[in-house]
Amino acid sequence: MLEQIEGSKAMARTIALCRPQVICAYPITPQTHIVEGVGELVRDGTLANCEFINVESEFAALSVAIGASAAGARAYTATASQGLLFMAEAVYNAAGLGLPIVMTLGNRAIGAPINIWNDHSDAMALRESGWIQLFAETNQEAADLHIIAFRLAEELSVPTMVCVDGFILTHAMERIDIPDQKIVDAYLPPYEPVQVLDVEHPMSIGAMVGPDAFTEVRYLQYYKQQTSFRLIETLSQQFAKLFGRVAGGLLRSYHTEDAEFVVVAMGSINGTIKDVIDEMRAEDIAIGLVSLVTFRPFPIRALQEALAHARDVLVIDKALDPGMGGPLASNVAIAFRNMDDAPNLHSAICGLGGRPVTKASLSRLFRQAMVQPWEGPHFLDLNDRVIAREIHRRGKARRAGPAAENILKILERERAEKARARAEAGGA
Amino acid sequence: MAVKHPYAITLDVGTSRVNHTGSWRTLRPEYVDRLPPCNAACPAGEDIQGWLSHAEAGDYEQAFRALTANNPLPAIMGRVCYHPCEGACNRAQIDEAVGINAVERFLGDLAIEKGWGFAAPDKDTGKKVLVVGAGPAGLSAAYHLRRLGHAVTIREAGPLAGGMMRFGIPKYRLPRRIIDAEVARITAMGVTLTLNDKVDDIEKAMTAGGFDAAFLAVGAHIAKHAYIPAAGAAKVLDAVSLLRSMEGEEPPLLGRKVVVYGGGNTALDVARTAKRLGAEEAIIVYRRTREKMPAHDFELEEALDEGISMKWLSTIKNVDGGVMQIEKMKLDDKGFPQPTGEYETLEADSLVLALGQDVDLSLLDKCPGIEIENGVVKVAPNMMTGRQGVFAGGDMAPSERTVTVAVGHGKKAARHIDAYLRGADTPSTEKHGLASFDRLNTWYYEDAPATVRPMITAARRINTFDEVVGGLDETNALYEARRCLSCGNCFECDNCYGVCPDNAVIKLGPGNRFRIDYDYCKGCGLCAAECPCGAIDMVPEQL
Amino acid sequence: MSEAPRSMETVQKLKFYQKGTHTVGNRLISEAERNVQASIERSNSLTCGHRACQGCGEALGARYAIDAAMRAANNQLIAVNATGCLEVFTTPYPETSWQMPWLHSLFGNAAAVATGVAAAMRVTGKPQVRTVAQGGDGGTTDIGFGCLSGMFERNDDVLYICYDNEGYMNTGVQRSSATPPAARTATTPTLGTEPGNVFGTGKFVPKIAVAHDIPYVATASVADLHDLEAKVTRAMSFQGARYIHINVPCPLGWGASSGDTIKLARLAIETGLFPVFEAEHGRITQVRKIRKRAPVTDYLKLQKRYAHLFKGGVPDPRVARIQAMADRNIADYGLVEA
Repeated sequence: MLEQIEGSKAMARTIALCRPQVICAYPITPQTHIVEGVGELVRDGTLANCEFINVESEFAALSVAIGASAAGARAYTATASQGLLFMAEAVYNAAGLGLPIVMTLGNRAIGAPINIWNDHSDAMALRESGWIQLFAETNQEAADLHIIAFRLAEELSVPTMVCVDGFILTHAMERIDIPDQKIVDAYLPPYEPVQVLDVEHPMSIGAMVGPDAFTEVRYLQYYKQQTSFRLIETLSQQFAKLFGRVAGGLLRSYHTEDAEFVVVAMGSINGTIKDVIDEMRAEDIAIGLVSLVTFRPFPIRALQEALAHARDVLVIDKALDPGMGGPLASNVAIAFRNMDDAPNLHSAICGLGGRPVTKASLSRLFRQAMVQPWEGPHFLDLNDRVIAREIHRRGKARRAGPAAENILKILERERAEKARARAEAGGA
Repeated sequence: MAVKHPYAITLDVGTSRVNHTGSWRTLRPEYVDRLPPCNAACPAGEDIQGWLSHAEAGDYEQAFRALTANNPLPAIMGRVCYHPCEGACNRAQIDEAVGINAVERFLGDLAIEKGWGFAAPDKDTGKKVLVVGAGPAGLSAAYHLRRLGHAVTIREAGPLAGGMMRFGIPKYRLPRRIIDAEVARITAMGVTLTLNDKVDDIEKAMTAGGFDAAFLAVGAHIAKHAYIPAAGAAKVLDAVSLLRSMEGEEPPLLGRKVVVYGGGNTALDVARTAKRLGAEEAIIVYRRTREKMPAHDFELEEALDEGISMKWLSTIKNVDGGVMQIEKMKLDDKGFPQPTGEYETLEADSLVLALGQDVDLSLLDKCPGIEIENGVVKVAPNMMTGRQGVFAGGDMAPSERTVTVAVGHGKKAARHIDAYLRGADTPSTEKHGLASFDRLNTWYYEDAPATVRPMITAARRINTFDEVVGGLDETNALYEARRCLSCGNCFECDNCYGVCPDNAVIKLGPGNRFRIDYDYCKGCGLCAAECPCGAIDMVPEQL
Repeated sequence: MSEAPRSMETVQKLKFYQKGTHTVGNRLISEAERNVQASIERSNSLTCGHRACQGCGEALGARYAIDAAMRAANNQLIAVNATGCLEVFTTPYPETSWQMPWLHSLFGNAAAVATGVAAAMRVTGKPQVRTVAQGGDGGTTDIGFGCLSGMFERNDDVLYICYDNEGYMNTGVQRSSATPPAARTATTPTLGTEPGNVFGTGKFVPKIAVAHDIPYVATASVADLHDLEAKVTRAMSFQGARYIHINVPCPLGWGASSGDTIKLARLAIETGLFPVFEAEHGRITQVRKIRKRAPVTDYLKLQKRYAHLFKGGVPDPRVARIQAMADRNIADYGLVEA
């Protein structure tokens, strides 16, 4: 049924339809509305036979989920940003134990400086933890991916993270189709664990594994993910058949058939990019988009195929590895390794800490990449004057003070100067 | 059932049993049995701990059977034994010794009450043994010889069986029905007992009766006399005669004030008997001090309670009518009393001399090869005299003269007589090392005082010849028995089984104790350290 | 303070049995009155072949505790284990010593994982299956403390057992918040003006557990295995959060003879350094009295971690401070019979 509804609420309603049995809640912006929403559904009886547990930290949240999942319950939790880092040890542990927990990540920047707004730093920080990471493009997909995530996680016995852009998706009101319980049930069978804590068939789970077997354990994790691409596609197709719309899969191409210039990006930014592409297509510019849904496991083969005809590829990152650049760009570069006639790779960093990414900026960026490509990552809409002044200031004094505060001061001063100039101009 | 599960991270239960941690061990625990100090101290050779363990479980008949495997007279010994076992008892170092003697008496009395008897031997050996004297040594020997299948005849000079137990121990300490019952139990096994049947010539007696061996167990019935000049109508008696006359119809007349001369248990017996006979005053005169007195302290305490008075460091120089001259003594450097030349007088109606006893050895006069020294017969370690086949014990052999020692002699002689009759070697008795106190982990035992035997009031005691010390009832006998620490012998407390951090002790079930599982035992030593009774040794592992 | 009827009964019953009253079993008492560990048919949740050091107090304490819990739960029990000695010595691939469903996740999250297991049992229709979490002092009083407190405060149906060996022994004997003052560890070496561990303010987690008003809190010791079993059994009779803190000497970390493990645990009680008590719903209900009071030197001298206190024959004034700690426990908990 179509409803005008907040993204978080839509996710909450959809998650409830997946019949999770244990939900662990700990507040952190911007995922809070999701667990609040599921909590209400548990309280009012909509979601029956579910333990909603308010825990004392994210570390506990995922730990409770680990216990519940190992003991045979479908477990769910949600977090964001610092919360994900606080539970980092348990994130790796859940993957190592092969527990099919589903967790929503309301993508948000990581401090310092503290920042509650959206980017992909959190998801990127734990990209090597062994979880499947799916990125939602729209609110509808944010909701739908959870249904796929439970199915996928449980079939593979690998925990799955549904990454949704904080505020942009979590807090936006949109028209969304909340599916019917029957259809969800048809798609998602009850949880059948591959191993479970069972008094009838006791076993020891979580043994200490030494050098003699650790590599093999790790290889099996790798193998499982590397052989899951077909399943991920199949589940997406099955979803489309049952629900009548597209969600999930490895990636989605947009006007790439004839595009020599292809943008690669993840998450909600793809909506804006598509708008820009539409405008540029109207100008007959052969530009296309690959919207990556599955970031982990990283679909190298699928990417190679999708980008086979591209001459230039621009990778948009909403995260930064300060010692390397854009993490997604680094990953895409690996996809080009040993590729015959590999395209040129361009990297751009944008939308950090919630900075709006406008169509104008993207349009400018794409055009620049076509005519005047740059080396290394390009930082979209970087305030060069501020950077220059701050670098200069730092060169003069060792105790130059904190950068963030200084930048804010510079910006404030600039604003004041502009206002004064306007007032003077108006008065003249 | 092997469940399919993820590789390495998940494991099938209990699989660590393939890991034999016993290879870590440098010391290995071994179960041992040690000799409990009570057993070591018992002159009668009782396995005290063994029979107590049955009593602890409430199986009194089994306890009685185990006890009488060594001593056939528990009701008597439970009254008159000076219980060196209790003196040796490790428990005394925690609180008070286990009241072994009281439990023994309980078992003896219960056996009489229940009519538990001794079975006759399965088959007879055809050998005949003569026992001279139906005192404790003779009765004990007869019992053990009979159990071994020999035909036994006891010849007793007196009119009743019991020897010095009957004629030397007052009724208030040993009621005569007890002697009768325990003697009857022995004769019921098929032992022949003839009374008023003194053996004057052992050689003649053996030949006449066709005996293959003899055990001489004549008691010390003859009082020792000290020379004390007496004049006037002084009434001077000896302790043996006095105590013996107590068995007749007419009690002896001692008068209002009685002096007893001596410091042994007999002196106390006499003084206490005098009180019971109506004497207003009974005074014991002894030449040394209380500390040097050979009598047992608890008996002295009982006597003092009854109003007996003591005159220490005193000797009687002479008696003139009702007046005695007493010389004060002092102890020299070596603890011997020396005269001081100071005198005092003491008035009394009678003087009883309790200065020790001798054995009548006249039956040996015509027996070649028998050597006599200091009034007793010399015997070999196997208790045989210089005459082949003639053994001697009890008061006749050199040792302490107590009922317990005599019973022990009887048992020991019986074993050696049996070996002699079978032409076998002297049975060896290899003993375990002592279960000393330092081997115990006393933490595990509850603190509790000894059960105090009910004492009848002193006032009542001195007027009658009722028993002074009462017995235990079943409840407190059980309680007392359970105070035993089982020194040096596993009593299946499950501590080793329970405290092993490696589950390396296997329990074998009631009566079968435990076994160490050396596949897994790492040799930590906890089982040995926490064994309450010291029944586990840690010994170096050999490669 | 009122004594629970159960304990009085036990005391009375046992007083009659003089021989072996305090031992694990006793042929003179009925099977029902003996320890679980005295039974010939005992089936140990923690079996042979584990790699604990010789004389390990934790291996012993864990077997008692878990077996008692198993019996109380009619074998319907799942264990969650924090990282630590117990975890490492029982489950190195490819062998496990556990004979029950057992899960190890991380060092600091055993209480939370157990919460999850207990929740799963309820929602999967197996409410009879109970959950126990266990860890060492590091996993409990330090790194796992947040999760522990959360589990307490929510009153989750978990019995948490802490095996306190007073340090991080698995990693090579480092100090934890349960390490006593003056004790030598690898991170509190016997160097400088105040050798060994500092005299801090202490962090006795059982007291903190009591402050949560959870249904049941107890301290126990491998020196009193009857008491330990009884407490686990008692704990299992409650629903909700429960905590048992067991003193388990570590021969390796304490520098003691492997055969002295139980003796040390006993002395910890008898000196007053380790108070043994029981609390229900935030109130202390029972205190185990000292049987034979011992000075702290009896306890300290058996351990090399305190050897520096007795060097050179001159008594270190810190011994008196440790004695004062014991005396204070005796006064505060009423450990000596009036």
